[in-house]
Amino acid sequence: MDAIILQILNGLDKGSAYALIALGLTLIFGTLGVVNFAHGALFMIGAFCAVTLSRLLSLSHEVAIPGEVDFLGNPATRDVPYVFDIFGEALGSSIIDWAVPLSILFAIPIMILVGVIMERGLIKHFYKRPHADQILVTFGLAIVLQEIIKYYYGANPIPTPAPAAFTGSFDFGALIGFEPNTIIYPYWRLVYFAFAAVVIGAVFAFLQFTTFGMVVRAGMADRETVGLLGINIDKRFTIMFGLAAAVAGLAGVMYTPINSPNYHMGMDFLVLSFVVVVVGGMGSLPGAVLAGFLLGILESFASMREVIDIIPGINQVIIYLVAIVILLTRPRGLMGRKGVMED
Amino acid sequence: MFGLNKKDASLLLIVAVLVAFAPFLLNPFPEGSAMAQFNAGYPDLMQRFVIFGIFAIGFNILFGLTGYLSFGHAAFLGVGSYAAVWMFKLLSMNVLPAIVLAVITAGIFALIIGYVSLRRSGIYFSILTLAFAQMSFALAYSVLTPITGGETGLQLALDDPRILGSATTAEGNIPVPGLFGLEMRDSVELMMGSWVFTFNLGYYFCAIIMLIAFYLSIRIFRSPFGMMLRAIKSNQQRLNYTGLNPRPYTLAAFVISGMYAGLAGGLMASMDPLAGAERMFWTASGEVVLMTILGGVGTLIGPVLGAGMIKYMENIISKINSDILHGWFAFLPDGLEDLVVTMIYPFIGKGWHLTLGIVFMLVVIFLPGGLVEGGQRLAKLFGRKKADNPKSASTEPAE
Repeated sequence: MDAIILQILNGLDKGSAYALIALGLTLIFGTLGVVNFAHGALFMIGAFCAVTLSRLLSLSHEVAIPGEVDFLGNPATRDVPYVFDIFGEALGSSIIDWAVPLSILFAIPIMILVGVIMERGLIKHFYKRPHADQILVTFGLAIVLQEIIKYYYGANPIPTPAPAAFTGSFDFGALIGFEPNTIIYPYWRLVYFAFAAVVIGAVFAFLQFTTFGMVVRAGMADRETVGLLGINIDKRFTIMFGLAAAVAGLAGVMYTPINSPNYHMGMDFLVLSFVVVVVGGMGSLPGAVLAGFLLGILESFASMREVIDIIPGINQVIIYLVAIVILLTRPRGLMGRKGVMED
Repeated sequence: MFGLNKKDASLLLIVAVLVAFAPFLLNPFPEGSAMAQFNAGYPDLMQRFVIFGIFAIGFNILFGLTGYLSFGHAAFLGVGSYAAVWMFKLLSMNVLPAIVLAVITAGIFALIIGYVSLRRSGIYFSILTLAFAQMSFALAYSVLTPITGGETGLQLALDDPRILGSATTAEGNIPVPGLFGLEMRDSVELMMGSWVFTFNLGYYFCAIIMLIAFYLSIRIFRSPFGMMLRAIKSNQQRLNYTGLNPRPYTLAAFVISGMYAGLAGGLMASMDPLAGAERMFWTASGEVVLMTILGGVGTLIGPVLGAGMIKYMENIISKINSDILHGWFAFLPDGLEDLVVTMIYPFIGKGWHLTLGIVFMLVVIFLPGGLVEGGQRLAKLFGRKKADNPKSASTEPAE
């Protein structure tokens, strides 16, 4: 029992990342009908927003330490971040410590901006072109974005730690009445899951309970009619693209402490997220979220030692295997709607 | 000639001449000159030109004719490589059986994957092929290590149980792949003034196979079978309504293009007898898509051009460094020189992928027909107005 709970928990953080990326992909596909191969790059840009902010915050200048000299006799200096000058040392150091969560505020406007520029500048011109062209141009864009990040940040992963309060693990099993030390779970992964749940909830609430969301849903169902009613649906869809980019970016920001960001992390996640979207059902938002968590948990179960002993290598291929089986038996995916990309 | 019409025959002839004289054509700069680094006429690179040409020609038979975009084609290349290396290990160092086995294995693989994947079309087909290729990659990397060599890749060893031929040469080395006693790495160097031209046996072997593959692809393009594939691309539904089942045709196209990939993989292993799982990674599949699109999808010569261009860029642009750039722009005033070099620097050396991505995007946006369409437009702009030939051979963009 405890092993099962542990595997479910282990699957949650990866599942959250899959779900968030797949949600954004589905939003873009459902609204604009575009297959966005650059979505993984947006996830990566989000992660590098966190890297950038934590670097910005730790920018520092040299200050002489009064009364001390180094071995050459010059006045000794130490680096003091500018943040300390503004907020004082105590608050300043906790700001640096909390760089990753703070990046959420930093990343949202940037990601929306990136998304809107992408849609207006490039993808707008591809609505009428075949899906293959959309795949190809966004694939090219993904390469370009990835290489730009590689040029400025280098090819190596950049460790970006979580706030000190969330490092370490806690005994989750003891909380729900198991033997102590059977279910140990890192704090940050729980934070990530909670964060993902909040973001997903917010996106659904936004679509369900606001007028804007209602119009967007109407546009997803029948774009032409909504346009004929005198609503500027294109503008709203552009904003939705920005929103989807922000969701992917936030997923990236919060993922940095789990996995040090590198320039190809987006591509690694993209392939799996596409599989998630297809399993969930193209164009279905709940399907994308459900499939994301399901596949994340399934993957973690497949990496259990007992399972690997029976079927070696299953942890590497389980997601693809599930996708193949689902696509062949339920072509619409788990919760796919009728008439969406069926051919 | 060979059942080709005049236009196709002359295209084949031009390609044959270009390929035969490639060691001259790709080495236009004398040895030791500043431009010598742009010479592409060394055997290793020329082999890659033709091998990836074969790969792209095969991919084009699937994508260009039927419109099915496979994102997992590198799996067949990898399988072909493994099969060829195993043939070297177990049977003999002759390349012919290795290549035959590579083609057959890749064909069987393509039959299985294609049978499953082709039940769906559009983006689902792309995802399914991607999933299969990633699965093969993951398995080759981990569980199948006894067959594939895992992370280190599959290599020849000194104690291979080779049935025909010995495990080691007289000097105690691992024997090299050859063709009835001729070694693939044999080269003849020709000095003409300060130019050095290298004629490599392996290159010419690949080149002949590439010409045969190219010829076959022309025949497929012009055959009733090719017409059927085009019909599938332009309107599959209508084809269904006329009572034709497109599945056998698409499956045949998939298997043929898989066999082309296997052939390329087998040749790769014949030139350098090792095979690694990274050849099956999905970026490798993406690369062949780039080649085909860049050159011109659905055209005969396009994929070969695209493959050549990408491999040339990969090898040549990535060699330029900032010193060379400073050398080129030395005529500019100092400040301006630094500025220009700083602006160009991200696109060269290690940044050649950036250049590739940008070129690729520009091609997809402005030139959906690739380099071939670009050439046609230029020809239209500058060339004499020729009487339009509706059956234009090499340049017919597929719908």
